[in-house]
Amino acid sequence: MTLVDLELKIRRYNPDVDPKPHWQTFKVQADPTDRVLDALHTVKWEQDGTLSFRRSCAHGVCGSDAMMINGANALACIELVHKAAGPKGGRITVEPIRGLPVIKDLVVDMEPFFAQYRSVLPYLVNNDEPGYTERLQSPEERARYEDTTKCILCAACTTSCPVFWGNSGYVGPAAIVNAHRFIFDSRDQAGDQRLDIVNQRSGVWRCRTAYSCTEACPRGIKVTQAIQEVKRAVFTDRV
Amino acid sequence: MAVVKVHQHRYDAVIVGAGGAGLRAAIETAGKCRTAVLTKLYPTRSHTGAAQGGMCAALANVEDDSWEWHLFDTIKGGDYLVDQPAAEIMCREAVDAVIELEHFGLPFNRTPEGRIDQRRFGGHTRNHGEAPVRRACYSSDRTGHMILQTLYQQCVARDVTFFNEFQVLDVAFAEGRLAAVVAYELATGDLHVFNTKAAMFATGGFGKMFKVSSNAHTLTGDGPGLLYRRGIPMQDMEFFQFHPTGIYKLGILLSEAARGEGGILRNAGGERFMERYAPTVKDLAPRDMVSRAIQTEVLEGRGIGEAADAVYLDLTHLPPEQIDEKLPDITEFVRTYLGIEPKTAPIPIQPTAHYAMGGIPTNVSGEVVVDAAGTVFPGLYAAGECACVSVHGANRLGTNSLLDIVVFGKRGGAAMAAFSAAADLPPLPPGAADEVVQRIEAMKSGAGNEKVGAVRADLQAAMTGKAFVFRSEELLAGALEAVHELQARYEHVTIDDKGPTFNYDLTEALELGYLLDLAEASVVSARARTESRGAHFRTDHPTRDDEHWMRHTLAARQEDATVELSYKPVVTGAYLPMERKY
Repeated sequence: MTLVDLELKIRRYNPDVDPKPHWQTFKVQADPTDRVLDALHTVKWEQDGTLSFRRSCAHGVCGSDAMMINGANALACIELVHKAAGPKGGRITVEPIRGLPVIKDLVVDMEPFFAQYRSVLPYLVNNDEPGYTERLQSPEERARYEDTTKCILCAACTTSCPVFWGNSGYVGPAAIVNAHRFIFDSRDQAGDQRLDIVNQRSGVWRCRTAYSCTEACPRGIKVTQAIQEVKRAVFTDRV
Repeated sequence: MAVVKVHQHRYDAVIVGAGGAGLRAAIETAGKCRTAVLTKLYPTRSHTGAAQGGMCAALANVEDDSWEWHLFDTIKGGDYLVDQPAAEIMCREAVDAVIELEHFGLPFNRTPEGRIDQRRFGGHTRNHGEAPVRRACYSSDRTGHMILQTLYQQCVARDVTFFNEFQVLDVAFAEGRLAAVVAYELATGDLHVFNTKAAMFATGGFGKMFKVSSNAHTLTGDGPGLLYRRGIPMQDMEFFQFHPTGIYKLGILLSEAARGEGGILRNAGGERFMERYAPTVKDLAPRDMVSRAIQTEVLEGRGIGEAADAVYLDLTHLPPEQIDEKLPDITEFVRTYLGIEPKTAPIPIQPTAHYAMGGIPTNVSGEVVVDAAGTVFPGLYAAGECACVSVHGANRLGTNSLLDIVVFGKRGGAAMAAFSAAADLPPLPPGAADEVVQRIEAMKSGAGNEKVGAVRADLQAAMTGKAFVFRSEELLAGALEAVHELQARYEHVTIDDKGPTFNYDLTEALELGYLLDLAEASVVSARARTESRGAHFRTDHPTRDDEHWMRHTLAARQEDATVELSYKPVVTGAYLPMERKY
């Protein structure tokens, strides 16, 4: 393998010493097929241990390491060096996702995001006695909501949304995706309540169909389409 | 040095870890006793979410099946080190556990009739080994993700109290029982002492002691590690599962479901070599056997890749729509990380460190037991990968980990709620946080010249090089020497970040300490076991020795930091040990 030279330009902020955020550039070497996360680890483990970022699974399923890479939201563990910097290396800029308060370096406060998630009743509601076997659901019924079950709550969609940047009260794409997941589940009985919630002033009607969320989703969820389907359900009062 | 703030809390129960086991336990204690769930991540970041293939239960939705067959497969798969009564509970309760998850909203794949669909998985057979059986209930190839999401959703519905990004670093005992859990708050650097009647550890595995690993960066054995230091023995640490199909060099898991759906392993000559190793079930043999078969092909010169140290997983003969519907995520991993299209090209794979069969010894109620007599340590519970019940014996069957976390998470949660209802709050031992304060201060003020990343990389290289699929006295002696040297170097680790806010430099250093201690326990246990059983294969003792080794290892850390081994008998049952052929 041939290593390439990288300049990692990282937005830094340490609340204990820095009056405001600033940029810092690190030079590292990486294999072009490395993840951007690997390059961040090289900085942290070999050059500057104070660099803080969240990560866990390192292969795109836990949702910890959403960040803005070269100006677009991505998971650092899915974004490869040759894509971010080109096959011969170069510069990669890394910043925290936008619209949530930065706590330190690439770590933002996720609490507002999860509060929005919790607000849409993100759980199956069915008050019928299910008995001792599974509830039946046809493959077609399951297919109706499968796409939105893929959400890993990484916040890449919500924090790429220009409406959310301007109005942090907007419930945001991720919460709507999780509402969609239950609204269109044939087993669920709380669709009306959820539609009322997303019909509020801070709900789906804030969406301006910018498609940023769909582009940002590392799971390939058709986020904008899901939001449109929820809008239509609110409008027609049926799913 | 700034004075560390120490906060105090009182709860009836504390659950440490918010993966499948911890969340299922929290659902059980909700409404019964005041519970706090502590996780060093956010709950939905837990590694349960990386599980792919399925969760076995003898629903018999698509073909004949029975929980007794599942039990037989589990015992045989575990190479007869399984405690049979515990495995019977797991396999019997599997059916209810799957149905309950469906009732919780889990989007299982369905049959045309709308029932839960099932597929084949390694080591799961019809009628005691006749042929592979469709037993794995699944949700595409993201079953773990759906279990984690669904259990978290149910916790939200029950308004469970979470302390996110609280990393537990110690426990305190009083009057011979669990009295407190000490946690480090990542956002502030403050310490929190949770005075509690009971605590369950559900912190997952410790696969980050190996270089090639399917495990998350955060799987560092914090729960087992801190209890081990407090004198709780670790059981069966020599048994670590190496999953056959990790993405070449990266170790990222490619589910056994790929072979359950018809994928085939091939060597450099294109040969379907598993036919030689397991004539009946072929590519669907248990993981330990497949990993050894791959390593044998490599050692005998039939490997692929630049170092001829891998083999191919071939999906090219599967219908493309089947790949898209049943295996979308893992094929996307292959595209992302290898730049290969699995529909048209075979995938280079190699065995990857995957799962700890060993861990904190418990009984079937999740109560931690500290000796061969099964003496319960009051108030202390464990469930999931960090625990050892032992339902997996010497080698876990695929899908049985998701089953384990749901069944024993629930049982542990129920037992803990009952215990808390009858118990008083134990006195809070004075200075419960002192040891953690000292450890943090020492790490921040350390003047050494060792870096966490370098020591950890050397540990991972030593364990993958010397304590992997094939072991021997010579290799294990070398591994132990390496671990001891690394423990000495660890004393000189220094960190850059001295601050209180999201100091992962500090927490990674503390995690490395646990990994080193658990690696030592694993290697010492492995060196003593002079036989080959399940995932523990000794080239110098290549056969199973039931006369001497039908027993579990207990590794206990002594005051002088040496490891002392003792043993307890396997709890046998109806199934007598026989030769393990597939």
